[in-house]
Amino acid sequence: MARWPRALFFRYGAGVGATLLALAGLWVLLLILLPQLTMVDFSLRPNLPLAERGGPLDGYTLEHYAYLVFGSGHSGTFNTVDLAVFGRTLLAAVCVTVADLAICYPIAYLLAQSARGGWGRLMVLALVVPFWINEILRAFAFRILFGDSGVVNDLLLGLGLAQQPVDLIRADVALYGGLAYAFVLLMIFPLYNALESLDHSQVEAARDMGASVFATHWRVVIPFAKPGISAGCTMVFMLSAGALAVPQILGGPSSLWFTQLVYQWFNTGNNWPRGSAYAIVLLVSTVLLVLLAMRLFRVRLAQLGQ
Amino acid sequence: MPEAAASPAADGLQAGAVEVDGVSVRFGDLLAVREVRVDIAAGTFFSFLGPSGCGKTTLLRAISGFVEPCAGDIRIGGRSMAGLGPNKRPTALVFQSLALFPLMPVWENIAFSLAVRGVGRRARRKRADELLELAALPGLGDRMCHELSGGQRQRVAVARALAAAPEVLLLDEPLSALDLKLRQHMRTELRAIQQRVGITFIYITHDQGEALAMSDQVAVMRDGAIEQVADGNALYDRPASAFVASFVGENNAFPGRVSAVAAGQATVATEVGPLRASCGGRALRPGDEAVVFVRPEALRLGPEGALGEMDNQLAATEKAREFEGRFWHVFLDVEASLDAKAGEGRRPATAAQVHGGQPAVPGRGARLAVGFSADRAVALPAGPLAAG
Repeated sequence: MARWPRALFFRYGAGVGATLLALAGLWVLLLILLPQLTMVDFSLRPNLPLAERGGPLDGYTLEHYAYLVFGSGHSGTFNTVDLAVFGRTLLAAVCVTVADLAICYPIAYLLAQSARGGWGRLMVLALVVPFWINEILRAFAFRILFGDSGVVNDLLLGLGLAQQPVDLIRADVALYGGLAYAFVLLMIFPLYNALESLDHSQVEAARDMGASVFATHWRVVIPFAKPGISAGCTMVFMLSAGALAVPQILGGPSSLWFTQLVYQWFNTGNNWPRGSAYAIVLLVSTVLLVLLAMRLFRVRLAQLGQ
Repeated sequence: MPEAAASPAADGLQAGAVEVDGVSVRFGDLLAVREVRVDIAAGTFFSFLGPSGCGKTTLLRAISGFVEPCAGDIRIGGRSMAGLGPNKRPTALVFQSLALFPLMPVWENIAFSLAVRGVGRRARRKRADELLELAALPGLGDRMCHELSGGQRQRVAVARALAAAPEVLLLDEPLSALDLKLRQHMRTELRAIQQRVGITFIYITHDQGEALAMSDQVAVMRDGAIEQVADGNALYDRPASAFVASFVGENNAFPGRVSAVAAGQATVATEVGPLRASCGGRALRPGDEAVVFVRPEALRLGPEGALGEMDNQLAATEKAREFEGRFWHVFLDVEASLDAKAGEGRRPATAAQVHGGQPAVPGRGARLAVGFSADRAVALPAGPLAAG
């Protein structure tokens, strides 16, 4: 038995301890394990009308996974449309994650290390307040901002950087901007959490010993904040790869997000098993990518929870 | 350009000489350091001593470049440091919290300043091992900092600061986190390291024991200004102000008004009667407010009427005594002497130190005589005293 359940029982007594454990177990079972296992089961069955389920035609098949890779024809052609959407979604999610990290690191550093007291709280409030507004409304706001007659285009035209309005929606600028903005807080808070525990005299010590600002961050601050950086990146990556509302609203006419494909199979395609298969592929591949990145940057899984 | 290349030695200053020239530091409305002027000779161990909040740490941070003075100039080796950031100055700071990097092994901590200068790994390791040797920590290079004891971490911090070969090492109360025994040991160690490397050490402390034990020179600070610069012995024996007298070492203070001055001695009318004391080099005139200071070890105790021809004699009651190992601390309630008007209000409590066994006077509550000679006491112009 690991140490923490025993501590749980000692501190709170057997009754409370058992209740807490049971609740946590129930949560994991009902809300995480069962739905996912049902999805896996779904994805491995043929798409049958309700009446025929469990009948002679029912059974296990890999046809939905095969469809994602090869399309409907089995003659060696690939499902280039869906695979391209899949690849582009993952790549875009990586870009959104990197952009968020670049934006949030300085803000979180400022909040955690310099802006103590009143200013810091004001900055946090300014970051949080926009998120009181519904996600869909925020996405529409971005659509207006980045539209042909939006503020961004007005600015570009006014500064003479463009001669005519740029179609920022078709160029996916609005989509990436909207996604990056949607998950800003999920990046800032883990970073802030990690950076806040950094003793500022370590930053000063590095400066004192001749390190430039860049070297100070590269050698002292970033290694220290690595657990927070990984936690933030993981969340932003997973959630932007799995985002639906923002791509739906801000995506250009030609750009599809992989979740939109899943949505189509479930909804308009009326093919739940295929939708499940697509969703499982997205889930497994994002998890694998995260694990790969963690190995690459030498982060242990337990550090994400710090 | 020969002018530009002129070495600092041309104007008679060695590398590591620090000139603090009228430096003031302001934080908003607070003038934390006021026009401090002090010359620190190269290769000396110099301490700034003062109670917390006296501006000593701010002054240190101004020397290392973390705060910008609002007036005055700091020169190191004759070169003005104005506008130079901490990474551009020939100083290294040992932080109060030590600020060791927790994710690096000891040797990388020590060689950090070399790493940011692009020194190769092997050369860094070699230098780190040399410094570990210097700091009496051989073979600990591969440990992590949290695996070391407090005293070892202390030494790593000093070694790390020395790795950049600074002209001046600044130490911000680095011993405050250690326990008493270790602190006393580290004093000796720090002094030995300073003598081995021969560079200027500037040490900040509120602990007079540390300052007096290690330093060539001590500057006592109060309220952002320097009260006195002297070696430890002179500070103790010839304090220049009432604050220094009350802050450095233990002292009994008798405030009063000067009634006569003659032959370097002043007579001060105090609550407990007239006391004679030497003038301590500061001009006192009759009528001036003054304080007579006398060290506990200068007090003689005896049964009433047994002190013979002592310059100053007072009647007292013993309140308590404490055994301190080398001596006894005897706390006395001093009464007005016969020819003084009956003192009103609180009488000064006085402490005496009695060396060599139990004080040969009756115990608590007993009446006794206490005396001291005029040349073991000093009369200084009245001024703020150290708290506590």
